[in-house]
Amino acid sequence: MIHQDSKTLLKIRGLCATVNNSEILKGIDLTIKSGEIHAIMGTNGSGKSTLAKVLAGHTSYEITGGTVDFEGKNLFDLAPEERARAGIFLGFQYPIEIPGVANNQFLRLAFNTAQVQKNKDELDPLEFDDLVREKMKLLEMNPDFLDRSVNENFSGGEKKRNEILQMSLLDPKIAILDETDSGLDIDALRIVSNGVNQLANKDNATILVTHYQRMLNYIVPDYVHVMESGRIVKTGGKQLALDLEKHGYDWVNIEKTAAAGA
Amino acid sequence: MSVGADSKSLKNLLQGQSQLPASPLDRINQLRSNAVNRVNSLNLPTKHDEDWRFTDISPLTKISFQPVQEASPLKDSDVEQFYLTEAVTRLVFIDGIYAPNLSTQIAEPFEKSGVVVSSLAAASSENLAAIESHLGSQTELQDNIFAALNTSFLHEGALIIVPRNISVEMPIHLLFVATQKEVSSHPRCLLIAEPNSRVTVIEDYVTLGEETYITNTVAEFVLADSAHVNHVRIQRDSKEAFHIANCSVSLAQNSNYQSVSIAFGARISRYNLNVLLKGEGAECTADGLALISNRQLADTHACIDHIKPHCTSHQLHKCIIDDAAHAVFNGKIIVRPDAQLTNSTQSNRNLLLTSKARIDTKPQLEIFADDVKCAHGATIGQLDNEEIFYLKSRGLSEVTARDLLTYAFGAEVIERIPVASLKLQLEQVVHKQTQKD
Repeated sequence: MIHQDSKTLLKIRGLCATVNNSEILKGIDLTIKSGEIHAIMGTNGSGKSTLAKVLAGHTSYEITGGTVDFEGKNLFDLAPEERARAGIFLGFQYPIEIPGVANNQFLRLAFNTAQVQKNKDELDPLEFDDLVREKMKLLEMNPDFLDRSVNENFSGGEKKRNEILQMSLLDPKIAILDETDSGLDIDALRIVSNGVNQLANKDNATILVTHYQRMLNYIVPDYVHVMESGRIVKTGGKQLALDLEKHGYDWVNIEKTAAAGA
Repeated sequence: MSVGADSKSLKNLLQGQSQLPASPLDRINQLRSNAVNRVNSLNLPTKHDEDWRFTDISPLTKISFQPVQEASPLKDSDVEQFYLTEAVTRLVFIDGIYAPNLSTQIAEPFEKSGVVVSSLAAASSENLAAIESHLGSQTELQDNIFAALNTSFLHEGALIIVPRNISVEMPIHLLFVATQKEVSSHPRCLLIAEPNSRVTVIEDYVTLGEETYITNTVAEFVLADSAHVNHVRIQRDSKEAFHIANCSVSLAQNSNYQSVSIAFGARISRYNLNVLLKGEGAECTADGLALISNRQLADTHACIDHIKPHCTSHQLHKCIIDDAAHAVFNGKIIVRPDAQLTNSTQSNRNLLLTSKARIDTKPQLEIFADDVKCAHGATIGQLDNEEIFYLKSRGLSEVTARDLLTYAFGAEVIERIPVASLKLQLEQVVHKQTQKD
């Protein structure tokens, strides 16, 4: 929701990044304010997942230009874990399986780290168990997932629910959800979207990185940005996603060419 | 190594043998004197021996070890940190000497039904026949100089006999405590599991200090038809100690041997596990974890011999190697011509935490039957960067993320220990060791 008194959470200016010396982001400008939901759409290889990972601090990417300001701080001064503690959350496109690390142990460790950051009390295993079970209900998750290893042998949908469960525990300021809709059937899509909607409020912001429009039927964006070849080439309201769905990504190019020709 | 140096180091290791009091059991005296002859006819292995290629034990010949002269007078409070709540029956040995004041008897109902948990030296006459036929009977120990050395010093040891159809629910704890420097101890265990019996044994080597000493153990496990034995072996000796161990297991028809072996301690350790699947339908699991750092060396040699058809064996051996430590794994699976329909898996997975850490691994399959299912393999790797990033993206520090992943790697093996309090104790040890400042 766009608010009058919202504050700027994230200001990206001219962001360029490479992986293995190949340029993926070629000058991204984007401003995210509290209360807003942004959708970043684009074809495969347009750079939208790279943008998500760069914001979370993945070490495979090299920042070659531009600035990112997060609540008045230079984001690139912060290590990935510091970004997470400061309130940036990345929902992974392919959540990592970690055999041997119990999900509840991992969730509690992450949760308590966030609690310390917020100067709040850490929860002991019993207190945490109550909390996490409550959160799991929202995502219609089976409590058995607490005792299993993190994401190990989870189905695609279960992994994505586990991502949103982490998001709900960490209560981030900016949630960047990278292709969270991929691999979800209709029911899981509804449940996950419902979870994201419940977590969105006037103080935080959500960035949905997606290829398809279908998730946006459930989570209504305030802005839709279209990425292509490492740049945002078009920005609009929720109607833009519907137009894209109808006409395909080529339509943006044709429009651009037409505009250039006119 | 020259002959002169070799015989000197052997004499060194036999120091104190001649002062050993004669055993009341003739069989023991006979085994002892045969073993002394064996020791004198065998050479200490060097890196020229195929079986010892990666493990140089010459450092142990440079120190003069001898059996403990005066037993350390220990109280419960000195060692109760190692006691396990589930294990109400416990035999404690201090520097190789049986300590009756710290040991606890088997519960009366079990004693009445014929379960024996005692020092070998205190074995009663009705158990003599069983001891005679099984003690020192496993042939592969005969040509092994360390096993022969152990037998040369055979006096007190742990004797466990579980009669037919008896299930001992509570685990039995064999606790070997090292306290003094430059001491040699030769712990011996004999477990006889009669048909359809069931028992869990924890063989636990601990230390009260960080002295240099040598522990040289032999364990013999005999499983009769349909017997079920859980064997947990924990080696947490001093980081300056030498630990040499030989364990021989023989399985009769439909018997089941489940083992987990953990090595944290010792400057140099070597564990030889020899499992003979002698009866149809026998099953064995032999899992292991070595967690070592600094300049430790941990060597595991396992040989699982499928002699009869329809047997299964599974082995997962993991090593976590930090600093300039060195792990060795040699896993041999033999499938004899008779052993059709064998099902065998073996996996050795290694985690190297530094560029100086080293692993030498050699999984071997020798298959002489044609209708079998065998899979084996080894992996060597570092911590996965994507896993580390995932944890960091949730706010965990680099160090916490690494610790957690290292711990998880080892926990897979520790999880398999069927004794909750021991599992917890070990999880804490691993946690402490994987946690860097």
